[in-house]
Amino acid sequence: MNAQSAPADDAAVRPAAAGGEPGLWFAFSRIVARDLRLALRQRGDAAMIVFFFVLTATLFPFAIGPETNLLIRIGPGVIWVTALLAVLLSLERLFLADYEDGSLEVIALSPTPLGISVLAKTAAHWIGTGLPLIAAAPLIAIFYSLPADALPVLLLSMALGTPTLSLVGAIGAALTLGARRGGVLIPLLILPLYIPVLIFGMGAVDATLAELPAAPYLLFLGAGLLLALPLSPWAASAALRQALA
Amino acid sequence: MTDRSATPKRGSLHRFANPGRFLRLGRTLMPWLVAVCGLCMASGLVLGLAVSPPDYQQGESVRIMYVHVPSAWMALFVYTAMAAASAASLIWKHPLADLAAKASAPVGAAFAFLALATGSIWGKPTWGTWWVWDARLTSMLILFFLYLGYIALVNAFEDPERGRKSAAILALVGFINVPIIKYSVDWWNTLHQPASISRIGTPAIHSSMLWPLLLMAVGFMTFYAILLILRVRSEIAAQRLRVATMASVRRE
Repeated sequence: MNAQSAPADDAAVRPAAAGGEPGLWFAFSRIVARDLRLALRQRGDAAMIVFFFVLTATLFPFAIGPETNLLIRIGPGVIWVTALLAVLLSLERLFLADYEDGSLEVIALSPTPLGISVLAKTAAHWIGTGLPLIAAAPLIAIFYSLPADALPVLLLSMALGTPTLSLVGAIGAALTLGARRGGVLIPLLILPLYIPVLIFGMGAVDATLAELPAAPYLLFLGAGLLLALPLSPWAASAALRQALA
Repeated sequence: MTDRSATPKRGSLHRFANPGRFLRLGRTLMPWLVAVCGLCMASGLVLGLAVSPPDYQQGESVRIMYVHVPSAWMALFVYTAMAAASAASLIWKHPLADLAAKASAPVGAAFAFLALATGSIWGKPTWGTWWVWDARLTSMLILFFLYLGYIALVNAFEDPERGRKSAAILALVGFINVPIIKYSVDWWNTLHQPASISRIGTPAIHSSMLWPLLLMAVGFMTFYAILLILRVRSEIAAQRLRVATMASVRRE
């Protein structure tokens, strides 16, 4: 757990440079860099999430049989559901380590608005889990013999959808800090909110497979992301304030 | 900010922030609410189950509608009320608002469950199956899950205050889901009947069916009000008990 107590002394914590503005972008990038450095030092975590994703997805052919048409039919859904579960697994540690060692309090006390810090931590979470999942998705697409022309849409839908998963998940992670059985609580709170992302995410791939335009689904995913981008750091920082109060 | 904050303006909701005043008001309203609820439900049931005609396609099973539709309305209404109370508690720190939200959650969950269960019983003879993945059913199920998540979160903390405040944020976040439920029929437009009541001018439902439905809706609404007053009353009592216990422990 050494890496968990890595320096929280980044610019976000330090007061503004003499005479200058605090520099939101600077603080944002320093928090992202710090969280990514922490994630890199425990490389196993991200690898385990991807491994979980691949392993769970390979269970379905065993359960329903290796018939190709059936696998193509359920492939996009399986990829989306397992990606969603993998993101859920990683959510608990989003704020927990910082909450336990006190860094979160320092971050909250810094002049940087808490919402920006939360957004930075969420961005780091997405880079640490969402991106590896997107990178692993083509492998599962091969397992399910998805046609190659559906792959770009699948990756695009995941690129638009997984940031929303991280953003909404941050609210759940913040709300359950200090709760009894916090790890079990997060899925209960967050899964119902994930359903629209799932519907539109796999709808885009399904539409492509049926040779229909995928653009409406992708636009809905983008709209969801744009809605979550300002609102969820706001809600998550309100939740964090209550956890720290 | 001198003594203005101590005596809020007339007409402001903060007049009801005083638990004592709320309890007195509740005691005054209670007999009226019980009377209206009993009358509406009894007459609505008689009209719905005995007087109103069976549907020419669905036969007698249409009578489930008189419980199903008001339950579904109430499930949506209670969630809206919960979100409004949560907003009031977070913005104005209204001391009774989060108690009201917490007290509403199990009632709303029960309404959502009732809507799902009666819909399922109705669906078996009509659609030939207990469950279809239709947009409106699915969103009611999601609403039910949102209620359960709220209830789980509100009880997950040692400090009840923290639980209520966190759950208030969750209620507001989940409230984004309520309009999706309301308009999902128009968005996805699947098996389920489009709403028949909202058509202005000539409703698609005959008055012999509309009257029992509206009576039942008023009955359900007053029933919720009665339960809310009772549950907030018991929450206040539990809070006082907790404070008294803490005080007596400290004194020893």
